[in-house]
Amino acid sequence: MGAYIIKRAIISVSLLAIISFVTYGLNFLSPLEPAQLVLQAQGVPNITVELIAETKASLGMDQPFLVQYFDWLTSCLQLNFGNSYVSGKPVWSLLGPALLHTLQLTLVSVAGIILLSIGFGVICALREGDLLDKSVRGVLFVLASMPAYLLATLMIWYFSVQLDLLPTSGMTSYRSYLLPALVITLNYAGIYFRIIRSSMLSQLNEDYVLYGRACGLPERTITLHILRNSLQVAVSVFCMAIPTILGSTVVVENIFAWPGLGTLTVNSILGRDFPIIQAYVLVLAAAFVLFNMLSDLLGAALNPKLRKEL
Amino acid sequence: MNLIKNMWKDKLAALSLTVIAAIVLAGVFAPWLAPHDPHEVDMELRYAAPSWAYLLGNDHLGRCIMSRLIYGIRPSVLWVLAALAASVGFGGILGLIAGYFRGITDACLMRVCDVMLSFPGYVMSLAIVGILGPGLENMMIAFVLAKWAWFARMIRTSVMQYAESDYVKFSKAIGVSDTRIIMKQIVPVALPDIAVVSSSSFASMILQISGFSFLGLGVQAPHAEWGMMLNEARSVMFSRPELMLAPGLAIVIVVMAVNFLSDALQAALDPKLLRSKPQPQRQEFSRTAKLRGEEVA
Amino acid sequence: MNILKVSNLRVWDELTGQVIVPNSSFHIKQGNCLSIVGESGSGKSMTCRAIMRLNRGSIRQSGDILFRDVNLAELSDKKIRSLRGKHLCMIMQHGMRAFDPSCVIGVHIRETLAQHYGLNRSESEARMIIAMESVRLKDPAQIMNKYPHQLSGGMLQRIMIALAIVLKPDLIIADEPTTALDAISQYEVVEQLLELRSRMGCAIILVSHDLRIVQKLADEVLVMKAGVIVERGTAQDIFSNARHEYTKYLVSSKLALNKHFHKVMGGTGIVDR
Repeated sequence: MGAYIIKRAIISVSLLAIISFVTYGLNFLSPLEPAQLVLQAQGVPNITVELIAETKASLGMDQPFLVQYFDWLTSCLQLNFGNSYVSGKPVWSLLGPALLHTLQLTLVSVAGIILLSIGFGVICALREGDLLDKSVRGVLFVLASMPAYLLATLMIWYFSVQLDLLPTSGMTSYRSYLLPALVITLNYAGIYFRIIRSSMLSQLNEDYVLYGRACGLPERTITLHILRNSLQVAVSVFCMAIPTILGSTVVVENIFAWPGLGTLTVNSILGRDFPIIQAYVLVLAAAFVLFNMLSDLLGAALNPKLRKEL
Repeated sequence: MNLIKNMWKDKLAALSLTVIAAIVLAGVFAPWLAPHDPHEVDMELRYAAPSWAYLLGNDHLGRCIMSRLIYGIRPSVLWVLAALAASVGFGGILGLIAGYFRGITDACLMRVCDVMLSFPGYVMSLAIVGILGPGLENMMIAFVLAKWAWFARMIRTSVMQYAESDYVKFSKAIGVSDTRIIMKQIVPVALPDIAVVSSSSFASMILQISGFSFLGLGVQAPHAEWGMMLNEARSVMFSRPELMLAPGLAIVIVVMAVNFLSDALQAALDPKLLRSKPQPQRQEFSRTAKLRGEEVA
Repeated sequence: MNILKVSNLRVWDELTGQVIVPNSSFHIKQGNCLSIVGESGSGKSMTCRAIMRLNRGSIRQSGDILFRDVNLAELSDKKIRSLRGKHLCMIMQHGMRAFDPSCVIGVHIRETLAQHYGLNRSESEARMIIAMESVRLKDPAQIMNKYPHQLSGGMLQRIMIALAIVLKPDLIIADEPTTALDAISQYEVVEQLLELRSRMGCAIILVSHDLRIVQKLADEVLVMKAGVIVERGTAQDIFSNARHEYTKYLVSSKLALNKHFHKVMGGTGIVDR
């Protein structure tokens, strides 16, 4: 197991190195000169060639690509992602709090998704084909087919306007979490519900279930065995749900004016604030790689077959 | 052809296919179908209720919602389809090469895919739009760049499985050229797999691309797009929530139809999935029953 | 005295309307071994599961299953569950798949024995260890702490037999117990089944398409084809003068195989032992 962890960690670190390189390289896809953008963002009225060259020099953009990359990387490792082109503030002072807010929203939503999908997944698999199963599947299917913004607007319209129950935007109290988290949960629960249900169903056909029944074990005990085996698959799936949702809150955050990563990123894209976009990609990719490693390790630790081999 | 026949038996799939075909056709022939110019502003008709001339009423600038809905099919569905085709095509060719020739080409391509896939797809497209700047073309480029690796990976897996089959080995042994094997023996059998993979991501792409337009990162005003129409309706949702109805329903219907179709496609290709509870004994039974039938015939 | 009498058993799939077993009637005497033979897919396993009412999902069944004086077909779910394991025991084809892969073997054993006899952990382990030793499993205590994937198919098969020894059922249903095993494990499992029968005096339903094992164990034989019992009789009868075409075909293909084997080995092999 120890060797496996080390191997997995080495892979993750090397992957992160390549990702950082690609992220930095993204800059050069831009049709615009970054230095020009900086000047535009600062509101300099008359952008001359000399001025661009001057800005380039002061920002170190006249250096060779690799030198620039390594400078950028070493400062990134110290959480110094440079300064925003638009506001001039350090990127981390904007990104850090936003990340925290989005993480909070994500964790609440993922908790909702886990509860909903396991609860319904198990019940529906055990009662496959009956009315409850069909209606839950139907409702979750429709919810998963809805764009997040439509679901969110409908929710606002109903809960906040019609019933006047919940705040429509911002992050003021725990009540502010309810609507955005509910939208994300309902939107994504369908996917995870399907995974749980089908893995439960495939377990139901396993021989050990038949043998357990043939030995006269009560259904409750058998269900626990089935659950134990299907959740093994589910743990790694749910583990990956955290970074996936973390990267998918953009639309919901914008609708509910959530002061998180999504709002920050969309504003940065519209304002062409490259350092923030870069930092956003890097942070989320790092989260993805990290959780990927975690989910592999968890999967290995939970599966007795793998655990002994490693 | 069997595939299509199988799917046609499934009523829901047939309905979905009809809906999608109708919507695609409506998008293609939008200039002939739309009753008005989608950009025609008429301030006197602001928020007008549905009438015979304007079937779905008018929006905040007095534009015909019906016409905007029909023109909106183009970016919301047709362009998504194009982006999908481009990324499937690109990823498919690379996947085919990697899966068939293996070796160093495969190893290199798959490492590139590993890196691409370690970015969450949505974040990747967001980043590319961010760097290139908002707009429909840039959004399409972003989606193709973000999605191809996934298709390459899936198609490679599928191709590999066929490339190792005995009939391909036999063809290689008797000296059939690689291009011929790929075109005649690999592509036809891998095509259904490709169809399933791409149809299942079509729905999520429609949702994501309209989401981008909703945020103002995609199609730019005054062009009509469903996500953007919803965004425009959102500002008056307190006074006129009915404006959200038409574009919202349009998206939900398309996405649901695509999802049903993709499920049906999967089921038609893998009949095991039709029955969620396959019992080994029963399958054996039907298999021998089929064999016996053939003997009689 | 008949321990089990099945009459007019019909099994069908509600979803597709396909009839798997149209109409079967048979019985087993106390302490006898009834063997059901036939090619795979002939409805053998479905018949066995129907006896214990283990068919799930869209599979339905009708007909009377008289176990001693009780009609199993009419029992409540709870009642039949208390009979399963304690009075009717099953030995599965794939030992590898018969136990929960994420639990050690001991978990299933403890749960089963606690359910039927209310035994606690140490009691059930003590009994199981004796039974496992009697089926010649070495280090039984250690085996119970192993996961299914760490044991061989033959060992798992013998664990199921050992569990049956502890449960002392009146009827054991062995569904192709040797099919998935290599020759040596097959031999061992057959030996254990023979011993089980002589020691406990319980009746056995043996499903198999391996006529060699059937010849060795069975008192009576049913030949099934496409869900229909095409021939029945004592084992001797079936092997010496089969009447139905299909049985003749089965027996002759076995003979042909034997002949071929003898030719290859140049003399008597273990096949006819």
